[in-house]
Amino acid sequence: MEHATTLDHTEDVYEPSLTPDSLGKLGMWIFLVGDTMSFGALLAVYAALRAGAGVVGWAPPDAILGINLTAFMTFLLICSSVTMVKALESIQNANVSRMCLFLGLTIAGGVIFLGLQAYEWYQLIHHGLTLTGIPDHGSYGALKGQAISGSTLFGPTFYAITGFHGMHVTGGVIYLIVILIHGLRGRYTAEFNHEVEIVGLYWHFVDLIWIMVFTFIYLL
Amino acid sequence: MAENGHKEHPKYMNIFWWLLALTIIEVAVAIPEYSIVLKAILLIGLACSKAALVAIYFMHLKFERKTLAAIVITPFLICVFLVIMLMPDLTLDTRLDGIEKPAAEVVDTSVH
Repeated sequence: MEHATTLDHTEDVYEPSLTPDSLGKLGMWIFLVGDTMSFGALLAVYAALRAGAGVVGWAPPDAILGINLTAFMTFLLICSSVTMVKALESIQNANVSRMCLFLGLTIAGGVIFLGLQAYEWYQLIHHGLTLTGIPDHGSYGALKGQAISGSTLFGPTFYAITGFHGMHVTGGVIYLIVILIHGLRGRYTAEFNHEVEIVGLYWHFVDLIWIMVFTFIYLL
Repeated sequence: MAENGHKEHPKYMNIFWWLLALTIIEVAVAIPEYSIVLKAILLIGLACSKAALVAIYFMHLKFERKTLAAIVITPFLICVFLVIMLMPDLTLDTRLDGIEKPAAEVVDTSVH
């Protein structure tokens, strides 16, 4: 008898989860923490290569990269983050069609972002920014048309970082489409909507990373 | 419904206006030419405030357990540490100044 009560006692003692409402959320957070390190490493290496360019120097980013388009892309991602939280808010208020509408808008934001990035890459390659070289002349800003020079590492670091982010956006769009299909089939309710919150975490993270990339690659 | 209903949700549109305003300030700060150090401090500060707004409100970090927030902040601190660890590499070029670099090898393609 005494043994039995001890057993019951041990069964009652459990370690509370960090995210009591959903273990999936904890899983996504752990993934995002690891992903932060990937982007952190890429940005740190960018800083090291740029600062270590030495006598060759680093071409001024604002002469090679257009800020106007990417500022708009930043705005677009912020907007898609807002539509994402609105989608979650809608399903928490049991409004399935509104959730689907906002998920659709979020997907549209992501797709337009990718389209603009493809256009930007196309323009940059056309101007001469490749994996092995930088343009001879500035394409934007005060240095437009003037001769510029600098380390050829500009291209590879730029394409690696924005490409890695673009792949995350692509993955996010696919992920969002899967959640939208589930939503349209009526999987989510006011009580069961953690999957919408989890896709939201991923999407906001992609937005957060773009804020960093925009600052470090384009503005600095 | 009751479970989610009691959760206080922030005014998302307010956060949106803040993010928009900070982005405009960022671009305005970045365009003029002045001290790169001051520019870097301003831009990194603005970027971190934007990232914090997204994490705290959009990702609901404010409404999660504090331990989770501590776990999430850790990699950002490690990244800062990573840059500090890379500092010796940043000055590598100046240390190599005294050493003569080998001349590029000329490849002879006229075999025949």
